[in-house]
This record gives sequence, structure tokens and C-alpha cells, in this order.
Amino acid sequence: MSTATKRLAVGTTKGLFLGSHNGDGWHWSAPAFPMTRVAAVAFDERRDPVRLLVGGMHEHWGPIVASSDDLGATWTEDEQAALRFPSDSGAAVAQIWQLTPGPVDRPDEVWAGVEPAALFRSTDGGLTFDLVEGLWRHPHRESWHPGFGGLCLHTVLPHPDDADDVLVGISTGGVYRTQDGGTTWAPSNRGIEARFYPDRYPEFGQCVHKLVRLPDDPSTLLLQNHGGVFGSSDAGATWEPRAVGLPADFGFGLAASSSATYLFPLVADAMRLPPDGRARVFASTDAGRTWQSRSSGLPERDFYSLVLRDALATDGRDGVYFGTRSGEVWASDDGADSWEQVAAHLPDVLCVRAFVQ
Amino acid sequence: MTELSHGGSVAGVVIQLPTALAELASSKTVELAVAFPADVGDALDALAASFPLLERRLRDETGALRRYVNVYLGGVDVRSLSGLRTPVADGAVLQIVPSVAGG
Repeated sequence: MSTATKRLAVGTTKGLFLGSHNGDGWHWSAPAFPMTRVAAVAFDERRDPVRLLVGGMHEHWGPIVASSDDLGATWTEDEQAALRFPSDSGAAVAQIWQLTPGPVDRPDEVWAGVEPAALFRSTDGGLTFDLVEGLWRHPHRESWHPGFGGLCLHTVLPHPDDADDVLVGISTGGVYRTQDGGTTWAPSNRGIEARFYPDRYPEFGQCVHKLVRLPDDPSTLLLQNHGGVFGSSDAGATWEPRAVGLPADFGFGLAASSSATYLFPLVADAMRLPPDGRARVFASTDAGRTWQSRSSGLPERDFYSLVLRDALATDGRDGVYFGTRSGEVWASDDGADSWEQVAAHLPDVLCVRAFVQ
Repeated sequence: MTELSHGGSVAGVVIQLPTALAELASSKTVELAVAFPADVGDALDALAASFPLLERRLRDETGALRRYVNVYLGGVDVRSLSGLRTPVADGAVLQIVPSVAGG
């Protein structure tokens, strides 16, 4: 009988760590891209073999986008720069925040979000990317402002059944949506609060931290905001608060599988620590209308680390994973009901992605 | 220095690489033929033509030298001279030195 292999890709401030588990515990690689701030990683499961994509920034040597078709044994980097702003833009990539494979019916499409806030699209499976000019030239862009992490486009959500329908999350700009494949974009923030503005419900300018699309109901979205957890049942046209059952509504990490959505709450903007010093993942099985703690096995006291926006992930099944700024990786194979620590003493974890082979 | 038929000339510039980048050129030094008169930027343009992956470790897509990359000419940081516009002579040696940075 064959045993499924679980695979984790953990991007940290000092490189990418790859973990695998096929029944005899987790095994971890030495860091790939050492001393590179790996903020974006993706398993492109549409391809056979699965392609591993990584985006990072080396303090000295700049950005890197690389791919591996052998799960990290060897890497390919485009010689002419896989991802760069056109020369007439006057901009330079400061960080690669997100790499997102497109829908199944466009197997070569991969999206990338970067700082300064911009969206790039690849049509060759993530080997090379082109700037999406429609968003870059949006008149709102001049009014977007950097948050603490810089002015970044950190989330890309292509619709699984309509490749031309894509949502992006920008901090601080808010949610924007295209329905024509990226030519035109409109803000999609109605109902999302901006507690740091005199007008708390502006057309745009919200500091969205992370948004997810529910796999089995792509018109339903959940969003961890800079203050507030919000949900949308109409593909982002309107949003409403959905934080019932949470001990606090601030946070970064958010992830969804077909069975539940998960987040890791923090006290508040001015107190970015877990409530009560406890490491707790909260889950919702009703599109965010109610949340329950699922934390068996997680530290119950004196836990003062946190989970960044891409450091909480699912494997699409019952596997849930998160990494912390203190270099720990935790895993659950039962939908977050119970947890075990599977790595420690890593650099700050920036992103986690998982898949089962 | 080699005189060209159209009146210009080509001469050699040597770029010395730190260990971290030597792999991209399979050598710790790269000798480049650059059309003269030339400056540091021209030498890096010549580097880009032969070793594009290496050159973009040094400059971003706007052409600016990366923040923690230093280029020394005759032992002097070119930022304290005329930056990438600093003239280079035939036989010039440009030393690439990463800043002390990070934690």
C-alpha cells in the first residue's frame, strides 16, 4: 500500500526550508537560497511533475524568482530576470510577496504580487512574468500608502471557474477586482472598515492583511483586515463583519480548505501578540459567521510569537500548518483539532505552503 | 587599447567579484572589452551582455546600483566619486564589495 507524502515549503528571512513526511516523521532540507528573504512560495499542482515556485529578496543581490520541477533538488532562474518592471516605469522590485498559480484551465498562468504594489502575470508556468499594466496605471495607485511591511500587493485570488475574474489584496490600498483578465480594475471594498481614517468606509485605502476564497464556493471570500474580519458572499462586491467567536479581530494569517477556514488572531494593532499569551488557531465551518478555537497541543501560556500573513496554510485536505516569527512550524492532520510541532529554531517564518503527493 | 576603424577605441576593464558571485561567472575576475571613453556604468553594461544574471545582482532594473553593493575603483567607492558616471581608464580594475549589512 502506498503512503501519501506530505510536503511543506517554509519561506523564512534566511532561506527556504523544505519538509517531507511519508509516515516516519518530518525530514527537513538545508536552506535553499540561504540569506534570502523568501516571502513567496507555491506548489503548482496543475503540473506533472509539480512545480515549486519561489520568490525572494537578498539584501545584497536583489530579487530572485526561481522554479524547480524536482521539488527543490535543482532550481532554474531565468537569465534575463524572470520578473522586472519595464524600464519606462521607473520602478524596481523591492520584494516578491506572492506567487499564485492560475486556474486549472490556464495551466501556464501564474500570478505574482510585489512591492511596490504591482501585479505580474506569467504565461509560461512562472519562468518569466510581465507587468499587468491595467492595475499599474490605475488612477488610485498614487493614493495607495505603504503599511509597516511596505506598499505591497500580497494576495492574488484567481476565480477557479472564470480565469478573467481575479481579486488582489493591497496593503494599503484595499481589494481590487478585474473581470476582464486584468485590463480594467475596480476597488472592491464596500463594507471593509479602515479604522485609521476619519472616513472609516472609504472607497479604497483599506489595509487588508489577507483574503481567501473558499474552494467549494468561489464567490464566498473571507478577509483578515487591519482590524476586523470580514466576509463576502457576492465575490467581493460587498463585505460584512464576521468575527463572532474570536477573542480579537486583528491578525495576519488566514487560510481555507474545503472543510474550514482558519486564522490566528492577535490582540490589536497596538498589541501584536496572541490574546492571553496562548497560541490559538480559530476555525470556521460556516464561512466565518462563527469561529471556534482549535488549539489542542499548541502552547497554552507564555506564547508571544505570531503568524504572518502567508504563514498559515492548508494542504487542501485536513492538513493545516503554520509557521511563527520565532521559527517554529506546527502541523495538524485533522483539520486543526490537534497540533504537533514539526520544526523549530528556524529563522522568522514568512510563508508556508503545503501539498500531499 | 585597440583603435577602431570608426575612430573609437576598445580597452580592457577587469571586474573583481566577491566569492558569493564568482560562481555566476565561473571566476573571481572578469575581463571585459569596453568602448572608450567609458565609465563604470558602461563597464557594467558590458558585464550584463556577457553575464546578465550576475549584473542584475549588482544593479536593479532602473540601472541603479543596489543599496548594499559597493564598487571600488582604485580603492575608492565610486559613490564618493561620480557614481556610475565615474570614468574608467584602460586597464581599470573595479572591485565589487558587498556592504556589511544584515543580521
